[in-house]
Amino acid sequence: MSSNTITVSGIAILEKPWTETLYEWLTTVDHKRLGILYILNALVFLVFGGIEALIIRIQLMHSDSTFVSPQVFNRMFTMHGTTMIFFVAMPILFGFANYLVPLMIGARDMAFPRLNAFSFWLSALGGLLLYFSFLGGNGLYGAGSAPDVGWWAYAPLTMRAFSPGHSSDYWTLSILASGFGSIGTSINIIATILCMRCPGMKLNRMPLLAWLNLVMAGMVLLAISPLTAAQIMLLTDRYLGGHFFDTQAGGSAVLWMHFFWIFGHPEVYVLIIPVFAFMSEIIPVFSRKPIFGYPVMVAATVSIAFVSMSVWAHHMFTVGMNSYANSFFVITTMAVGVPTGIKIFNWLGTMWGGRIQFKVPMLFSIAFLFQFLIAGLTGIMLACAPFDWQLSLSYFVVAHFHYVIVGGILFALFAAFYYWYPKMTGRMLSERMGKWHFWLFLIGFHLTFDVMHIPGLLGMPRRIYTYEPGREWDTLNLIITIGAFIQAIAILVFLANLIISYFKGDEAGNDPWDAWTLEWSVSSPPPTYNFASIPTVASRRPLWDLKHPEDPDSKYE
Amino acid sequence: MSTMANPIRQAPAAWSLPDRGKVAMAGLILAESAIFTIFVVAYLFYLGKSLSGPTPREVLDTPIFFTICLLSSSLSIHFAAKLLARDKVGLFLALWLLTFALGGLFLYGTGMEWHKLIYQDGLTISTNLFGTTYYSLVGLHAFHVTVGLLMILIVAICALAGRVGVEQSHRVEVLSMYWHFVDAVWVVVFTVVYVVGH
Repeated sequence: MSSNTITVSGIAILEKPWTETLYEWLTTVDHKRLGILYILNALVFLVFGGIEALIIRIQLMHSDSTFVSPQVFNRMFTMHGTTMIFFVAMPILFGFANYLVPLMIGARDMAFPRLNAFSFWLSALGGLLLYFSFLGGNGLYGAGSAPDVGWWAYAPLTMRAFSPGHSSDYWTLSILASGFGSIGTSINIIATILCMRCPGMKLNRMPLLAWLNLVMAGMVLLAISPLTAAQIMLLTDRYLGGHFFDTQAGGSAVLWMHFFWIFGHPEVYVLIIPVFAFMSEIIPVFSRKPIFGYPVMVAATVSIAFVSMSVWAHHMFTVGMNSYANSFFVITTMAVGVPTGIKIFNWLGTMWGGRIQFKVPMLFSIAFLFQFLIAGLTGIMLACAPFDWQLSLSYFVVAHFHYVIVGGILFALFAAFYYWYPKMTGRMLSERMGKWHFWLFLIGFHLTFDVMHIPGLLGMPRRIYTYEPGREWDTLNLIITIGAFIQAIAILVFLANLIISYFKGDEAGNDPWDAWTLEWSVSSPPPTYNFASIPTVASRRPLWDLKHPEDPDSKYE
Repeated sequence: MSTMANPIRQAPAAWSLPDRGKVAMAGLILAESAIFTIFVVAYLFYLGKSLSGPTPREVLDTPIFFTICLLSSSLSIHFAAKLLARDKVGLFLALWLLTFALGGLFLYGTGMEWHKLIYQDGLTISTNLFGTTYYSLVGLHAFHVTVGLLMILIVAICALAGRVGVEQSHRVEVLSMYWHFVDAVWVVVFTVVYVVGH
C-alpha cells in the first residue's frame, strides 16, 4: 500500500517527506491507524512493565537480597501492576477493537473518529504522566518519586500524611486521564456496533468479536466510573481537606476498598472478554469449523458481564466483613465460573471433529485453553473464603492472576497478533520465529507461574522486598526468576519477528488463513475507506457464502 | 481492488439503525450514572457518622423553588426540541433561552445556598464527613449543570446567528437527553440529601 509516496504522472515517484507522514499519523482519525497506535503504545509500555518485573524477580531471586532498596521495590511492583493493567492490557485491547470492529461489521470507520483520536491521546498522556512521576514525583518535601502504594493505592496510605510528595497524584491523574479515554472509546465502540452495521448484519449475524467487544464496552462504562469517582474522592481528600477516607474524622478505609474493587473486578473481565473474542474468531478458523454454539457464547458472555459486577468483595475476604457478606461473595464468585466454563466447552466443541491446523495462532490458542482453565480453577479455589483466608496476599494469589493475565490474556493476544498482523501490514509473521517465540514463552511461563503457586502455599507473602534464608523459598524463587528471563527472551524474539517480518515477511494477500469474516474480504492492509462499496451480508460467515455459493451458510441460519 | 460481489439472497427490507448520537449519549449517561451512584453511596454511608460539626438537619434548607426551576427547564427543553423538529425555529429559540435561564437560576440558587452554608453555618468540604460528602455530591451535580448550560449557550449563540434549523434537530435532541439526565440526577440527589438525609 503506497501510502507514503506521491505519484506525479509523467515524472517520477516522489517519497513523501517523513515529517508529513509523522504529521499524518499524529493527526489521524482513521480507526486502523489509531488501532495500530494503541497497539504500538501498549508494546512500549509492555517493555517498561517487563523491565519492572525483571527487577522484582532479580530482587527476589535469593534471600536477604539488596539488589534494590525496599522503597524502590515498592515502586517497582506498583508501577509494574499499574502499567500492565492500564497502559498495556487496556490500550492493546482497545487497539484491536478499534482496528477490527468497523472492518468486521462492514463500516468505513468508527462512529466518532475524532473522539477516537482524542481517547487514544488521552490514554497516551496517562502513560506519560505515570512515567513522568519518576522525575516529577518529588513534591515540596523532596520525598516523592514514582507511586509506591501498590496498584490498588489503598487508603489511607495515599493520604497526604502517609504519601508526601506527588507520587500518588501521578498515579491518580494518569489513571483518571486514561479512564476518560477508555470511556470515550467504549462509547465509540457501542455506537459503532449498534448504529453502523452493514445491511443484513443483524445482531445475531455479527462476528463474535463484535458482540464481545460490545459487552466489554458496556462493562467499561459501568466499571471505570466507580474508579473515577473514587479518585475524585482521593483528590478531594488530598487537596481539599476532604474526609472520605480519613479515619480520624470518621472516614472509612474499607470504603476505598469497596469502590476500588467494584472497579477492579469487572476490570479483569473487561480484559478477558475481548480475549475470548479473539479465541472465538481464531479457533474456528484453525479448526475449519464454525464456532460451536454462537447464541450460547453470547448469552454466556452477557451473564459473565452481569454476574461479575457482583463478586468484587472476594478481594476483601480478609478485611473482616460479616459472614453473610462473605458467603454472598463466595456464591457469586463461584457462580461466575459457570458461564466461563461453558465457553471453554464451546471452544472444545468447535475443535472437536474439526481439521486442526497447528499454525502459530492455534498453538497460542490451545495453550490459552489449558492455561485459562487452570487459572480459573485456582480462582475457584480462592473463591472459598476459608481457603482465601490462608492464601490472601500470598504468592498463590499472585500466581493465580498472572496465570490468567499472562497464561490467558497474553497468550491469546499473541495468537491475535499472529492472526491479524498479515491484515494490518500485508506481510506474514515468520512461522519459524513464531514457533521459537511460542515454545520459549511456554516454557518460561510454566517455569515461573506453575512454580509460583508453591511459595504461596508455603506462606510467602506478596509485596515483600526480601525474605530470610531459612524459609526454603530460595530455590523456588530462583526457578521463578529463571523462567522470567526465558519469557523476556521470548518477548525479544516476538518483537524481532514483528520488525523483521514487516520488511521481509511473505506477502499475505487478502485472506491468508481462508477465514470467513468481512475483514478478510479487503486488501492487506485495507484501503483507508475499508470497503469500496458497503457489503450486504446474509449469514454469520459472509466470506464462506462467497467462496461456497453452492452451500452458503445463509441456507441454514 | 477490494470490491466484494455480493450474492444477495434477500436484500433486507428496511435497514435502519439507531441514531449514533443518541446511542453515544445513552452510553455517556450510563457511565455518569455510575459515577453519581458511587457518590450517593458514599453520602448515604456517611450519614450520621460525622464526629463533629453541623448536621444536615441543622443547616439544610430544602431548595424547593430552585428544584422547580430545574425540573421546569427539562420541560422547556423537551418542547424546544420538539418545536425545532417541526422547524419552528423562533419558538424553539424562545424556549431554549428559557431553559438556559431556568438552569442558570438553579445554579444561582445553589450558589446562594453554599454561601449561606459556608459563611453563616461554617460548613465547608473539610469541616466533617457531612461537609465532604455534601459538597462533592451537590458540587459534582452543579458541575454537570454548568457543562450543560455551556452547551446550551453554544447552541443558543448558533441559533441567534441563524444557523440552527430543522437539520440540527437530532443534535439538539441529544443535548436535551443530557439535560434530562442532569435533572434526573437532581431528583435523586434531592431525595437523598434533603429528604432521606434530613
